[in-house]
Amino acid sequence: MDQVATEVQLIREQRRAQAIQQWHVMLARLAGRMALYVGVVFLGLIFALPLIWMVSTSLKTDPQVYHVPPIWVPNPIRPVNYLEVLTRRPFGLWFLNTMQYCMPTTVGALVSSTLVAYSFSRIRWRGRDALFFLCISTMMLPFQVQMIPLYIIFRNLGWLNSYKALVIPTFFGNAYFIFLLRQFFSTIPLELSDAARVDGCSETGILVRIILPLSKPALAVVALFQFMWAWNDYLGPLIFLNRETLFPLALGLQSMRSSFLEALVWPYMMAGSTMIIAPTIIIFFLTQRTFIEGITLTGIKG
Amino acid sequence: MFASPWLIGFLMWVIYPIFASLYYSFTQFDAMRPPRFIGLANYADMIFNDKVFRLVVGNTVYLVLIGVPAGLVMAFLLATLLNNEFKLRPFFRTIFFLPSIVPVIASAEVWRWVYNPRYGLINASLKSLGMATIPWLSSPILAKPSLIIIHMWAQGTAMVIFLAALQDVPRALYDAALVDGANSWQRFWHVTIPMCTPAILFVMLTGLIGMFQYFTLGWLLTQGAPNNSTEFYSMYLYRNAFRFFKMGYASALAWFLFLIIVTFTILIFRSSARWVYYGGE
Repeated sequence: MDQVATEVQLIREQRRAQAIQQWHVMLARLAGRMALYVGVVFLGLIFALPLIWMVSTSLKTDPQVYHVPPIWVPNPIRPVNYLEVLTRRPFGLWFLNTMQYCMPTTVGALVSSTLVAYSFSRIRWRGRDALFFLCISTMMLPFQVQMIPLYIIFRNLGWLNSYKALVIPTFFGNAYFIFLLRQFFSTIPLELSDAARVDGCSETGILVRIILPLSKPALAVVALFQFMWAWNDYLGPLIFLNRETLFPLALGLQSMRSSFLEALVWPYMMAGSTMIIAPTIIIFFLTQRTFIEGITLTGIKG
Repeated sequence: MFASPWLIGFLMWVIYPIFASLYYSFTQFDAMRPPRFIGLANYADMIFNDKVFRLVVGNTVYLVLIGVPAGLVMAFLLATLLNNEFKLRPFFRTIFFLPSIVPVIASAEVWRWVYNPRYGLINASLKSLGMATIPWLSSPILAKPSLIIIHMWAQGTAMVIFLAALQDVPRALYDAALVDGANSWQRFWHVTIPMCTPAILFVMLTGLIGMFQYFTLGWLLTQGAPNNSTEFYSMYLYRNAFRFFKMGYASALAWFLFLIIVTFTILIFRSSARWVYYGGE
């Protein structure tokens, strides 16, 4: 009898220990979830607040701008800030100016990088690999090294204060995109090209009919990144453009700061910033997958 | 060879400026009169006489040594959080990513306003809570950390790269570690981090190269103020070239920058044999 009792006791204790252990695991998991949610929400707030604050300020009347504690939801709302930025400063012109060089640079990057990457990956010629290595090593070169000679060349050609200085270089390829496209083209089986050649297709034909249709995702990445870079570029326009009628948004927003009274400038600056950010965010949402793929493609998969 | 015109053009466009710049760096050149050869005088001036140069190198090294790791840690933290399954994950991924596609010109204005000493988001909130305000960009000590905070805010690209790397870590490795009795912290240190070292190397290198060329945010937000505490290398270079028209001197600065970048890149690559783990799949 005694033995049975102790055995029952033992099993009970074992079960209890098991239950406690299970409970501990659950508790640890719960704590982990809690920590995860707290961390994500906390960081998410910190990351989002500056942009929310920007939109909020852009809709405020002046007394609300300088209110302590800060007001998050403006009341009354003043959307006229946007209209005033558009009418009192040539914001629309700056927008058109920006488009006027963003679009051509995108075409330039696509055409030139495709051609160069094609000859680096699909055609065999002497010195190809050495040249490719040279091309890649220029990625390490700071723009500051080329900046001064380019300025002198463009001045001698009379390209300063025109978008030629910003657009034409993109028609000669970009090491980063060449690298990306070359990696992508290399994954397309060479047999496809050979078969086309046997059928009497020219190199141009192979590129246009076979390679390009298969490379749409990579081409989308090039177009997207080039457009975004041109849109965000500040140093290029700063060096090559100094006539206000040619200003892109990047230089325009800066010049706006001095044209409003310091005490009144914030809602306008925030409205201007919102309008500059909006297109990039819209493009991001429309092309989210391409965007993320592009980063991973150039990042580690490259 | 049907692409050769482009190849030649590309080389001309990149190679010619490199040599031209190297030549200018040995000359006195104001962009009006033709360059006058003065040998190594620019380099000697830079290293022995220019006090601002020393200050600027110090500021830039500060930015690189603190800003790059800070950004990297932030990006890795965000990626680690997003690597868990939870509700609203796509939403938060977007939130964390968005700052990195905000044009620099706009983020400069937004942060100028956030950091505004009296009415900015941070100081107005602190004041209303009865706390002391912080002099952010107007303090010589805090100006650089303030710029680094902005850098940490815009880590979307690095985050996406890390997230891809984290998702590539084979599950079997975690299971094996679990069987060996590793707790979650040990699994993170001995499985996750080593498997992500190639991505870390990549982000570190590109971050470093970019940071040495740090220009736009500093130029827009502080113009080097206060007390030259945020005058960074590229800003000083730009000033020399296009404000003082010392093109020869600026070219020497550019080449010195290139040398620094190459040196750092080589050092990191050399060391990478010891800490980067390739053997992934």
